[in-house]
Amino acid sequence: MTKLGQWLCGLLLLGSAWAALAGLRLPAPLRQALLPLPVYLLVAFGCFSLATVGFRLATFNDCEEAAAELREHIRAARADLARRGLRC
Amino acid sequence: MAGGGNDKFSVLLPTYNERENLPLVVWLLARTFRDSGTDFEIIIIDDGSPDGTQEIAEQLEKIYGSDKILLRPRARKLGLGTAYIHGMKHATGNFIVIMDADLSHHPKFIPEFIRKQKEGNFDIVSGTRYKGNGGVYGWDLKRKLISRGANFLTQVLLRPGASDLTGSFRLYRKEVLEKLMEKCVSKGYVFQMEMIVRARQLGYTIGEVPISFVDRVYGESKLGGNEIVSFLKGLLTLFATT
Ligand SMILES: Nc1nc2c(ncn2[C@@H]2O[C@H](COP(=O)(O)OP(=O)(O)OP(=O)(O)O)[C@@H](O)[C@H]2O)c(=O)[nH]1
Ligand SMILES: [Mg+2]
Repeated sequence: MTKLGQWLCGLLLLGSAWAALAGLRLPAPLRQALLPLPVYLLVAFGCFSLATVGFRLATFNDCEEAAAELREHIRAARADLARRGLRC
Repeated sequence: MAGGGNDKFSVLLPTYNERENLPLVVWLLARTFRDSGTDFEIIIIDDGSPDGTQEIAEQLEKIYGSDKILLRPRARKLGLGTAYIHGMKHATGNFIVIMDADLSHHPKFIPEFIRKQKEGNFDIVSGTRYKGNGGVYGWDLKRKLISRGANFLTQVLLRPGASDLTGSFRLYRKEVLEKLMEKCVSKGYVFQMEMIVRARQLGYTIGEVPISFVDRVYGESKLGGNEIVSFLKGLLTLFATT
């Protein structure tokens, strides 16, 4: 099955479970909690996404040392290549 | 033979206007492989770069020998995907390393790739900027945000089981790469993504090594709105078809 298919199946499953529960004669407070559940889930997922991306953005490594080391290596490479007769 | 045993590693270096970078990458590659006592060859696929990359490549061939440096140029710019296929045809190693020639991928990570491959007997080892000590240098906040956002979206939609889908610093078993090349049709960043997705489908195993990605110092860089749109298109295509 494609990833799209998997998503649709998952959503269908959750959706029908929700619809089935909503169709039952539940006590009023339970029903009130149940009806907006999809919206809550959506909002929660949105928050989770933003938080995850934000956190990863903030903790994205800046490789200063790698850049400095590369500059050093470039210098060494240039010198050695010139010695071996490379004309750039 | 400390590092390699009987293995031979073919490095594919596609170049387009990398006159400044190419000799430096080749020098670093040669030093890395010699230090670890590993058998290697470097295959340079230059697509008729107007800056004279090919001429530099010919000098390098003389310096390092034509058993170490193989020149397999093409007459004009035909794109990265076909450059890999073209280069791979001439590879004699049983493992293939794919990397950019613009110095954003440092050859020092290759011994780590090789160690990782041995450790888990992996079919593919992929460099990752998004894990452990991995990271980037030279990106502003906007580019980092796009990269993180795109990566998150990809993880959610495709659950690919690898953390860096758009990176192009990887080690493949030769036959695995051949198989994947046959299957993959996308272009650009999506091509790298599709390789991993198809690899998972075919049941290949993937190991990961954190890498530091240093944005190119020499030459032009391009990440525009166009790239983002084609990335999203490609992502959705993979989402709907794989
Ligand atoms: N042979 C060949 N090589 C190419 C072609 N396009 C890009 N390359 C090379 O492929 C590697 C990756 O390309 P880059 O231009 O660095 O692409 P990028 O890393 O996505 O973008 P920037 O580094 O930000 O410019 C480099 O070594 C390029 O020289 C092509 O059409 N043919
Ligand atoms: Mg690059």
